[in-house]
Amino acid sequence: MNRDLPLVIHCYRDIRRLTGLTLPEWDLLIRQGRRAGLLGRLHAMAERAELLDALPEKPACHLTASRVEADRVAGAARWEMGQIAFALQRLWVPVIALKGAAYALSGRFAAEGRAFSDLDILVPRPALEDVEQQLIAHGWLSTHLDEYDQRYYRRWMHEIPPMRHIRRKTNLDIHHGILPETVSRRPDPRLLLDEAIELEALPGVYTLSPVDTWLHSATHLFQEGEFHNGLRDLTDLDLLTREMAGKDGFWDQLVARSQVLNLTRQLYYGLRYTHRLLATPVPEEVLESTAAFAPPQPLKGLMDGLFQRALLPLHSSCDPATGPAARWALYIRSHAIRMPPHLLLPHLAHKAFVTPYRQWREERERARQGGMVPRR
Amino acid sequence: MKLSELTRQALAQALRREGIGLSIGPFSVRLRSRIGYVADSLHRLYADYPLADDHQFHDFHIAVERPRGIRHVISPQALFLVDGEPPFKPLPLNQAYPFFEWGLNWCVAQYAHQFLILHAAVVERDGIAAILPGSPGAGKSTLCASLVARGWRLLSDEMALIPRVTERLVPIPRPVALKNDSIDILKHFAPEQVFGDSFHDTAKGTVAHMKPPAESIRRAGEPAPPRLLIFPRFAKDTEMKLEPLSRGRSFLKAVEYSFNYDFLGADGFRRMDRLISACDCYDFNYPSLEAGLDGLTRLWERTLAAETAP
Repeated sequence: MNRDLPLVIHCYRDIRRLTGLTLPEWDLLIRQGRRAGLLGRLHAMAERAELLDALPEKPACHLTASRVEADRVAGAARWEMGQIAFALQRLWVPVIALKGAAYALSGRFAAEGRAFSDLDILVPRPALEDVEQQLIAHGWLSTHLDEYDQRYYRRWMHEIPPMRHIRRKTNLDIHHGILPETVSRRPDPRLLLDEAIELEALPGVYTLSPVDTWLHSATHLFQEGEFHNGLRDLTDLDLLTREMAGKDGFWDQLVARSQVLNLTRQLYYGLRYTHRLLATPVPEEVLESTAAFAPPQPLKGLMDGLFQRALLPLHSSCDPATGPAARWALYIRSHAIRMPPHLLLPHLAHKAFVTPYRQWREERERARQGGMVPRR
Repeated sequence: MKLSELTRQALAQALRREGIGLSIGPFSVRLRSRIGYVADSLHRLYADYPLADDHQFHDFHIAVERPRGIRHVISPQALFLVDGEPPFKPLPLNQAYPFFEWGLNWCVAQYAHQFLILHAAVVERDGIAAILPGSPGAGKSTLCASLVARGWRLLSDEMALIPRVTERLVPIPRPVALKNDSIDILKHFAPEQVFGDSFHDTAKGTVAHMKPPAESIRRAGEPAPPRLLIFPRFAKDTEMKLEPLSRGRSFLKAVEYSFNYDFLGADGFRRMDRLISACDCYDFNYPSLEAGLDGLTRLWERTLAAETAP
């Protein structure tokens, strides 16, 4: 990639650059890093490289503060997973932690300094109803009470409407697959469950196998239409790659598994953009062999253009003029690949007209009560 | 250079264009605003603050601006922006200045986890800092403003910042926010002090700010050792009552007033323990401002005498 990369990516690629930054550069780095959700991760990397003492005090405070927050989130996630395991223990179903919670539970470097807000779990589809009942009994309630949303999630999605614990306010997404039911080329979740690994420290709770973890991370990033944490998620993939690539046979397993799971396109995107933006060490022959999984031209060139814009931090200093258009196009794409047009059009129409009207009504009600109202 | 060296007009112009840098306690804040209310209040209340325009690093880039769109023709609004992003919905335009103050509080509570932060007023006299945690209505700001008007140094009317390495409290002096009845009480009690405009019909009722003393701003870089932790409660028609609290009870009560105790884990526990160990802790009920001041002054005298005794 030839265009100038944002400072935060330069520093991520070579953490030793932190010691040579001028104060105006620090000013920019902290702002870009905050927007990208990467400050805690930069702290963890600087700590590993033993650079913390060499950083100027004021900017370093921001790294420290983000790290404190991320550590707290990771600790809370570990504890909360224990609560979920307890709530579900009588069902004897495997509970698979996904994404942030999984990284934290399995002690991956990708967990260090990574802040996240929702817990994600995967459970076998046949057990879904029982799982939901047990969680309700233990204080988790559905947050999307809107009838349309409930129907939409339950009929078409690979998860049920998100739940929130009534007292602890933790958000929980319960998946029964990693891609929506409406996607034709989606992996059979049973294959993921078969390879899952039980955590020693938390019996009954599993994480996906290493290569499945990698593929799920890529699937999540390149299938979803939201990119406000795009760069953070791309660095997840980079760190997973660096951690796993040392194991014998990792690359062969990864490629073979992506074919079994129908996730070859996601593998291609994951390798291409981590390599291009973050200089992730991917062997030349793997890049070559996975090039076959690329979309056909001219789509390939178009996706390059879109992803390489959308994956930059959403900060005025590095968001190109075409950034909003790229994110919009990817948002539409995420829906188009998720649903056939006869389902998609009514859904987008509902989201475009009915939902904003409802939100407007709710907000007007809250505005009457006064005070500082957080923006959605 | 201090903000008072700018005329009202020069300040408004700087705020409109490149913004101004303000040193506020340990933070350097870059502020832009095209809204006249903001310039007016800053000019009056922030006169003694050092400008941080030569700073090359700013902790928070803040703007208070009118939202775009045509809505402002009907009811003008102000938006609080951190580095270009609004964390909150807009408020009515005439609340632009208090919005800045609330927003800056939010920034510190949200992003400054290098400190253990308690929701408390902090004042100091002769090397004895008193922390006054308070729920809304407990009168912490009123007590704080009146102590400051009587010559105590203001460290903060809103948050106690407890750093990692020492127990000394880091000052973050800001205009003292007074609400409803306490505005007139303070204006009557300390007419010599400078007060900002009153802003009516906010979420907290009417709000007005008292300008912090120049001396407190000048000494904003000097941390102070905590010696008293007092939980004030204003209750009319009661006796003044000062009740010593055990360390355990004080610890648990202080945790309730912390913004980020749970974030800091074991480190938060150690810091809180160090703080409580350094302090005498009390529950303090007072029926009137005079009684409150009187009680606190006597407590301060006792603590000072104990401190200086051989």
